[in-house]
Amino acid sequence: IKKDHLVEYFRAQMMKDPDMASAVAAIRTLLEFLKRDKGETILGLRESLTWATDCLTGVDSSVAVSSGGELFLRFISLTSLEHQDLSRCKKVMEERGELFLEKISMSRTKVAKLCHTFIKDGAKILTHSYSRVVLRVMEKAAAEKKRFSVYVTESQPDSAGRQMAEALRKLNVPVTVVLDAAVGYVLEKVDLVIVGAEGVVESGGIINKIGTYQMALCSKAHNKPFYVVAESFKFVRLYPLNQQDVPDKFKYKADTLKTVQNLSEEHPMIDYTPPSLITLLFTDLGVLTPSAVSDELIKLYL
Amino acid sequence: MSAEPSVASSSTPATQHKKTTRGGTRHFTEGGPVKKDGIQQAKTEGKELTKEEKQRLRKEKKQQKKSKEKKDEKASQESEKEKKPVSSASPASQPPTQPITPKAPSAVPTLVPVPASETPAPADKPAKSKAEMKAERRARQEAERASKQGKKGEVGQQAAPGKPKAPPSELQPVVKRLPEHVQVDNPEVLKKLAKKLERQQIPLRSDYGYKVSLFSHLHQYSRKAPLTQQLSIPSTVIHPAIVRLGLQYSQGIVAGSNARSVALLHAFKQVIRDYTTPPNEELSRDLPNQFNFLNQCRPLSASMGNAIKYIKKEISNIPSQCKEEEAKSKLLNCIDRYIDEKINLAAKAIAKSSIEKISDGDVILVYGCSSLVNHILCEAFEKNRKFRVIVVDSRPRLEGREALRRLVQRGISCTYVLISAVSYILPEVSKVFLGAHALLANGYVMSRVGTSQIALVAKAFNVPVLVCCETYKFCERVQTDSFVSNELDDPDDLIVTRKGKTQLEHWQEVPSLGLLNLVYDVTPPDFVDLVITDLGMIPCTSVPVVLRVKNVDQ
Repeated sequence: IKKDHLVEYFRAQMMKDPDMASAVAAIRTLLEFLKRDKGETILGLRESLTWATDCLTGVDSSVAVSSGGELFLRFISLTSLEHQDLSRCKKVMEERGELFLEKISMSRTKVAKLCHTFIKDGAKILTHSYSRVVLRVMEKAAAEKKRFSVYVTESQPDSAGRQMAEALRKLNVPVTVVLDAAVGYVLEKVDLVIVGAEGVVESGGIINKIGTYQMALCSKAHNKPFYVVAESFKFVRLYPLNQQDVPDKFKYKADTLKTVQNLSEEHPMIDYTPPSLITLLFTDLGVLTPSAVSDELIKLYL
Repeated sequence: MSAEPSVASSSTPATQHKKTTRGGTRHFTEGGPVKKDGIQQAKTEGKELTKEEKQRLRKEKKQQKKSKEKKDEKASQESEKEKKPVSSASPASQPPTQPITPKAPSAVPTLVPVPASETPAPADKPAKSKAEMKAERRARQEAERASKQGKKGEVGQQAAPGKPKAPPSELQPVVKRLPEHVQVDNPEVLKKLAKKLERQQIPLRSDYGYKVSLFSHLHQYSRKAPLTQQLSIPSTVIHPAIVRLGLQYSQGIVAGSNARSVALLHAFKQVIRDYTTPPNEELSRDLPNQFNFLNQCRPLSASMGNAIKYIKKEISNIPSQCKEEEAKSKLLNCIDRYIDEKINLAAKAIAKSSIEKISDGDVILVYGCSSLVNHILCEAFEKNRKFRVIVVDSRPRLEGREALRRLVQRGISCTYVLISAVSYILPEVSKVFLGAHALLANGYVMSRVGTSQIALVAKAFNVPVLVCCETYKFCERVQTDSFVSNELDDPDDLIVTRKGKTQLEHWQEVPSLGLLNLVYDVTPPDFVDLVITDLGMIPCTSVPVVLRVKNVDQ
């Protein structure tokens, strides 16, 4: 299966369901790849899956795609592959793959179920940019007949915050769009801050749209709780020490990486929020403190 | 009191021990093993038992036990499990008594969960019944103890220690007893230790000089009075390789946690090679003597404790029908593999992970001389990373000079400062690499004194602090401050001669003056950003997870 077909399938998946996380689309693509693969050995299969993940990261450079791909590979190989027949092994792996896909499609619902109880009636929430998980949480809270209002940051350079505001208006939630620079100004009015994450790193920190770190620092200064909602396939085996330590391939969009020569002139799209600023993480594995993330990662990856 | 050990006739040791008039402070609150009581009687005058007598005693006990024994036990492990809490409990509750040689004496720091005793496989059956008897006796004596609880008032006199595997048949509160070496200001404990060492023919090292009151519960020895000057140690008691090792430790010739552990393991290989098993006995019986001696020379470190635990486990795992030569070679192989895996290969793995964290243009700060950190920096330099190093040093050890020498030899550009200048150079620094002596179960890092200071200042300047530590140094102890358990070095080291004048020369004559030369301190996990181990990069709070995974593996 060629690279172009792969990329095409991936893009098709993304367009088919815009509500789906890009990582889920990537995993669907990988599953399809697995089904169509004509490899003869399991090792060869693994290698080609890794190659496929790399291709997909080249299309969409978010952290979640690479972490999702790696977790997919680990999950399907986590079973006994001692069968004589390769096709039988492949079948087992495909079944595991479908199971994995099913599990992660449920993950957003699980997260929403855990998190909505933290939104009390009359709460004022601050959030950053456009996150589908946060949207799902708020849907659930609204469905539970809670009254709350939301402040969303505009989130330049792509104004994704406006998209979030639109979606919230459809839910009949009172929403205000604020400038990125107005986070400190608005924080005294809000009760809690909820953000999504593109990736959750080993230290318990998160990688998210640029501006999240600032928001976390301000909430710490104001003593407001800072909650993160993320699915478990976003857990990644990175350990950045500071902003500089995050690998370049995640900081910029995939197209930018390919076309631009001098990256120092480009503005990074993501930043790293250290675990000391995060109060709790809501995942489909449960409600975790940042120090528990490493524990979960060890369980997932080892 | 009989002059001869009339143990042969002791049919009811349980009642007999109560009747002996030796010391009014005897509290058999824990059921001491029956074996013990007989010997107790024999030792009423503090006489030494010859080896044959000891052997005979043991045989008697075994026979007695066998006659009372019914149950099968599953594995020798279980009986050892039982024995561990039992034997370590008994010394705690009986101040004037001396545990018999097979049971590891309380002097071996239980901070490191060293199994209290490793009676060999043959003692399995009697061991199990001993536990049974103990259970009964404990129930009886519990009431007694409750009434006498206030009398002791010591922290050390508690119920069964909190070993990871508590005695299954008991519902007693599981509290760890304090090891001897942090109870130096408690005269009872000292008396007990002195008698135990005397019986084992190991000289007791006396403390030196006035101790600062906050640290008066720790030993303070002088380097000018090494242990071997006081008495000659017969080689039947302590192997000469161990004597040499002890001297090297106490004089500071072998220093640094990795070096000490490796030296210990090599010395034990020598001991194993030269050991000839007397009939009906095993190597594990003589080990506690050796450890006691080493402990007197310099308190054992956490890494050494873990190594010792491993050796003991391997010894106990050898099937009893194994021939001596085979057993010996197996043990030697195990030790070699341990050194290889846990120290050498771990260093390679850690170096590989650390190189990812060293980028070109970095300014790296190191403190003192950690063999692991030096190895990492040399490896990174080989892989053509461009960085420079700032070596921070402190008195009185001035270990930084050794690190400086090693790094400069490789061609790494270094700067050398004393710790008082650390807040001055920190704005230049991009990363701090620290070594560790041990990593505690609550995430605290125990390292050379001064490390927590550097971590604190680095945190204030927002500089990432990375600690490099092999997993064999992880220990199940919990400590939140540097006072409860530490090591006091020779106070005379602080005396310095400048321009022909030695100001502190007569410090002993000034009654209110104390010189404090601490060796270790603990750094809280909030100051540490990352711990690099051979299992990967983990946050400081995940140390208990690693310990849990390791326990599951074993």
